[in-house]
Amino acid sequence: MIRRRHVLAAGVTLPFTATARVTPRVVVIGGGFGGATAARFLRRNGVSATLLEPNATFVACPFSNAVISGERRLDAQKFGYAAIAAEGVKVVHAAATSVDTNGKSVTVSDGTKIPYDRLILSPGIDIIWGGLEGYDEAAAARLPHAWQAGEQTLLLRRQLEAMPDGGLVVMSVPPNPYRCPPGPYERASLIAWYLKSHKPRSKILVLDAKDVFSKQKLFQNAWKQLYPGLLEWVSLSDGGKVVRVDPASLTFETEFGSHKADVGIVVPPQRAGAIAVLSGAADRSGWCPIDPVTFESRLVPGVHVLGDAAIAGAMPKSAFAANAQAKVCADAVSALLRGDKPEEPRLINTCYSVAAPEYGFSVAGVYRPVNGMLTEIEGAGGTSPLDAPETQRVQEARYGDRWFQTITAEVFG
Amino acid sequence: MTGRAGIGLMLILAAAAPAPPGASSCSGCHGAEAPIAGHDAKEMTESLNGYRSGARPSTVMGRIVKGFTEPELIAIADWWAARK
Repeated sequence: MIRRRHVLAAGVTLPFTATARVTPRVVVIGGGFGGATAARFLRRNGVSATLLEPNATFVACPFSNAVISGERRLDAQKFGYAAIAAEGVKVVHAAATSVDTNGKSVTVSDGTKIPYDRLILSPGIDIIWGGLEGYDEAAAARLPHAWQAGEQTLLLRRQLEAMPDGGLVVMSVPPNPYRCPPGPYERASLIAWYLKSHKPRSKILVLDAKDVFSKQKLFQNAWKQLYPGLLEWVSLSDGGKVVRVDPASLTFETEFGSHKADVGIVVPPQRAGAIAVLSGAADRSGWCPIDPVTFESRLVPGVHVLGDAAIAGAMPKSAFAANAQAKVCADAVSALLRGDKPEEPRLINTCYSVAAPEYGFSVAGVYRPVNGMLTEIEGAGGTSPLDAPETQRVQEARYGDRWFQTITAEVFG
Repeated sequence: MTGRAGIGLMLILAAAAPAPPGASSCSGCHGAEAPIAGHDAKEMTESLNGYRSGARPSTVMGRIVKGFTEPELIAIADWWAARK
């Protein structure tokens, strides 16, 4: 007895009962930037990891705005799971349909039950259909969201290409929180770039349910400089909040009036992916409260949540954050399975946006747990300087490209 | 069984030192290979301190390193230096 405890204290992955398995099993649901990273890093820690992801190909959202503006091909956004499987992760291309958190198993679409010692949920976002009046699943075929990259991205691209010069693009932006806080503004910028070069008599109107947004001054400076008269942003205070859309007539209604679009985009209200809700890990906000050291759910023991689905305090819902959280979570889960106490983490986020192809800037943050919440460390982080020379904008656009190559290589390569 | 096996396992664990706080985030931009993995620890610490003081110009690194103390940066540099 003493001996066994001694060995456990040394942090060894030994059975907790005489008949149990030697290797603990972790199931990871969702093969995006968060889940795929978590599965790989668990495997490197000697933990058996099963990755459940219905799609054989992942289509990355970061940089997909450049597909919409025609600067990039969608193929450059696509990644497979072969390298992850080759590393020893069991990749199962099936959807998780339910979770038995008491019996500790996941049921997948073909009815198979997969047992786990710990479960990691990285399901990303789901769109709340009907969360904006008039915007249901059918409406997305007329008014694309393109907030989950793939067919929607291409649909929006085709609509922009088909729009005659002199047309009006309208985009509705929801209140916080949602995936990729600066994403709508980067999209507006790149669409304006496309219009300026191909359809200069056209215009993009951004109707926002907020008064402030990520990298705001950097975007607004760039808009003034690059897209005067071409891109108009209407804040909440100025009546920008869209209350209803009509997909048949492509009309956006605010509290003050309505705008008829030639191409309409709805960045829709969102919540944690459905499996997080089904597992009981989401609270009434639709997102998942977590412990900031282990990313274990505050609501369901043995279940960890990371990436966009989690309420990660001050950390934004970004691919970089999901990847960073996954590495911390994989180490914490490995420690817990050994019977060790996970170390208090420090997390970093870095996020690049472009206002035009060679015009980039960034926001960064460093985070640590304070009173149970991931909190931004004061004096660190922040955005690129407003008065940076053009050379720095070019440099940061290139760093953004490199970031995408590096992170996708770490996750999928 | 156990005395000897226990020592063997402890040695394995000592070899795979866990990442100090913050270190695992670095590969999000830099990757888990060269130039940061296996880079000379002293040189890396000097660079990081230079970013913080501003003596070494940067776009984003100066903003990031301000979230760490000097001993924390040394621990991160040591950990990456020991990787290959």
